[in-house]
Amino acid sequence: MYRLMLLIRRFEETCGQHYSLGNIRGFLHLYIGQEATGIGAITPLEARDYIVTHYRDHGHALARGLDTNRIMAEMFGKRTGLSKGKGGSMHIFDAAKHFMGGHAIVGAQLPLAAGIALAQQYLETDVVTMVFFGDGATNQGTFHETLNLASVWQLPIIFFMENNLYGMGSAVGRVRLQGADFSDAMGAYDIHTVSVDGMDVVAVREATQAAIDKVRAQRSPIFIEARTFRFVGHSFADPGDQYRERSEVDLWRRRDPLVSYPNRLIEYGLATQSDLDDLAQDVDAEIAAAVDFASNSPEPELSEAFDDVYA
Amino acid sequence: MAEITIREAITLGLAEAIETDESVFIMGEDIGEYGGAYSVTKGFLQKYGDKRIKDTPISEAAFVGAGIGAAAAGLRPVVELMSMSFSLVAFDQIVNMAANLRYMSGGQIKVPMVIRAPTGAGVQLGATHSQSFETWLAEVPGMYCACPSNPYDALGLLRSSIKSDNPVIFAEHSHLYGSRGDVPQDYFDIPLGKAKVTQSGDDLTLVSYGYGVHIMQQAAEQMSQHGVTSEIIDLRSLSPIDYDTLVASVQKTGRVVMLDTARRTGGMMSEIVSEVQERAMDWLDGPVMRVGSKDVPWPYNRVLEQDILPTADDVVEAARQVIKF
Repeated sequence: MYRLMLLIRRFEETCGQHYSLGNIRGFLHLYIGQEATGIGAITPLEARDYIVTHYRDHGHALARGLDTNRIMAEMFGKRTGLSKGKGGSMHIFDAAKHFMGGHAIVGAQLPLAAGIALAQQYLETDVVTMVFFGDGATNQGTFHETLNLASVWQLPIIFFMENNLYGMGSAVGRVRLQGADFSDAMGAYDIHTVSVDGMDVVAVREATQAAIDKVRAQRSPIFIEARTFRFVGHSFADPGDQYRERSEVDLWRRRDPLVSYPNRLIEYGLATQSDLDDLAQDVDAEIAAAVDFASNSPEPELSEAFDDVYA
Repeated sequence: MAEITIREAITLGLAEAIETDESVFIMGEDIGEYGGAYSVTKGFLQKYGDKRIKDTPISEAAFVGAGIGAAAAGLRPVVELMSMSFSLVAFDQIVNMAANLRYMSGGQIKVPMVIRAPTGAGVQLGATHSQSFETWLAEVPGMYCACPSNPYDALGLLRSSIKSDNPVIFAEHSHLYGSRGDVPQDYFDIPLGKAKVTQSGDDLTLVSYGYGVHIMQQAAEQMSQHGVTSEIIDLRSLSPIDYDTLVASVQKTGRVVMLDTARRTGGMMSEIVSEVQERAMDWLDGPVMRVGSKDVPWPYNRVLEQDILPTADDVVEAARQVIKF
C-alpha cells in the first residue's frame, strides 16, 4: 500500500509539472493529500466489483491498477491513452477493470452508479458497486435522488464520500447548516453510515472491507464518510490559499499519510527505511517510464475525432 | 395485416422485447401499478412482474441515470418519461452521460437504451407540459432520435431502437396515440435514419415528422384541389436525418416547405433547411420555407394555443410563396 500511495503522490506531482510545461492541458485536479482514502477504499474490492468516480480520478485509477502509462498518455491527450486521448484528466475509464469513469459534472455519477448496481441486482450477481463523490456533491439533487433510489430498491452499492471539507472554494459549513458532520445525514434514507479517518489508510481499508462484506452478503446500500483533505488547490489553476487558512492546511499536512504510514511501518517492524527507499526508486522509475511513454506516443489521427460517437 | 393504434403498436413492441430479450426491462414513473400515464404499459406489471417493469420515484435525473448505468453494465433498459417536457430535469444525464459516455471513454462503453416520451402541444397543458425537446436532443451527437407518425413506423422504429447499441430518444406525439393504421403480422423493422416518401408528387416537397406529417397530408389535399401535386416526406427520425431522400425529392420538385410542430426558431427544421440549400441549391426554384409553432411559451387558453400551433393553412400559405396556384 505504501508503494501505491507513493505512486499516486509522485504521479500527481509529475502531472503538475507537465501541466506547467504545457504537456497536460484543460483542468487538472490533483489527489495530493487524499491518497489514504482512495487506496483504503479501492484495494479491498474484487476485480468483478465496479467503481464510478468523480473528476479527481487519477488516484482512484492508479489504486484500481489501471495502467500507469495509459493514464499518463490520457493526460497528455495521446491516442495510447485509456480513452484514446478523447477523455482527458477528468474522464478516465477502463471498462475491462470495471472502472467506469471519471465524471466531471458534480454528483452526476451517482445515478449512473445506481444503475450499475441495479444491473447487478437484476442479474443476481454478488458484485458490489462503489461510487465516490465529495462533500460538494451532497447539495446536488442527484445525491438525494440516488440515495432514495438505492434505499427504496435496496441496491448493492457503497456510497463513498470523500469529505475534504471544501467544494472548490466553499467550506462545507458555508453551504450546509450541519457543517461537515454527515454522521446523521443518512437517517432519512435509512442507509447505514460509517465514518472513518480518511488520512489513516489502515482504518479506511478495514472499514471499507467490512462494508464490502456486508453489501455483498446483504445486498443493500452503505454510506461511508471519510474525512480527508487536499493539500493543494481545487485544480491546478487554484493556489488553494484564498479560502483556507494556512494554519488549517498545515494542520492537515502534519497528518500526511505519506509520512505517517511509512513511519508506522518502520515502527511496527514491517519495513526498513531501505525497503521504503527501494520502493521509492521503483516508483520513480515507473513514473519516468510513463512520462516517456506518453511523450513518445503519437497524437490521434484527425479522423479519430469521428470515431466512437456511435457503437 | 391488422389495423391497430400507435398506442397498441408501442405496447406490442415493448411486450415483444420483454418476451424475447431477458436484458430488456422497462422503468419509469407510474408505468406499473398505474399502467402508464398514456396506458402504454397497462397490465405489464401483472404479466411480467416487478423485475422487468419497474415503477420509479419522481426522480427523472436518477432513474434516467440509472437506466444509463444499467445499460453500461450490459442491460437494455427502456425508460419512459411521462412527458418530453420532463426531459429537462434529466438533461444532464441524457446529454453528458448517455450521449457522451462512449466518446469520452474512447469507445469502451456502450449505452443501449431507449428513452420514450410523449411529446407535443395542443391539449391545453400550458407552458411546462407542452414542449418538444426532441428537437434539442436530436442535435446531440452520440444519440439517435425517432419520431413515428403512424403505427407501422412506431413498431418498426421501436424494434430498431431497442436493438440499437446506442441511446435513442423515442418521441411519441400525444395526439397520435389513438391514430390507426395497418401493421403486418410478420416481423419487420425500420432502420433509424431512413425517411419515407409517403406520397409522390412533382410540384412541391413537404417535409415533416410525427404529428406534422398528418398536417402535411391535409395541406397536400387542399393544394391538390388547385392542381398542385405534393411529395410528402416523413422523416421518421430526427437523428440521423435522411438527406439522400430529401435531396432526391428536391431535385424532382425544386420547391420545399418544412413543418415542425415544435417552435419554429432554432429547431431541427432550421438545420435541415440549411443543409438542403447547401446540398441542392442548383435545383431550388425558391426559398426553402419553414412552418412551425410560433415563438412564445405555450399558453393554456385553447384559442391562443390553437393559434400558436401550425396548421395546414399555414403550410398552404408558405407554399404560395414558392409556387403560384
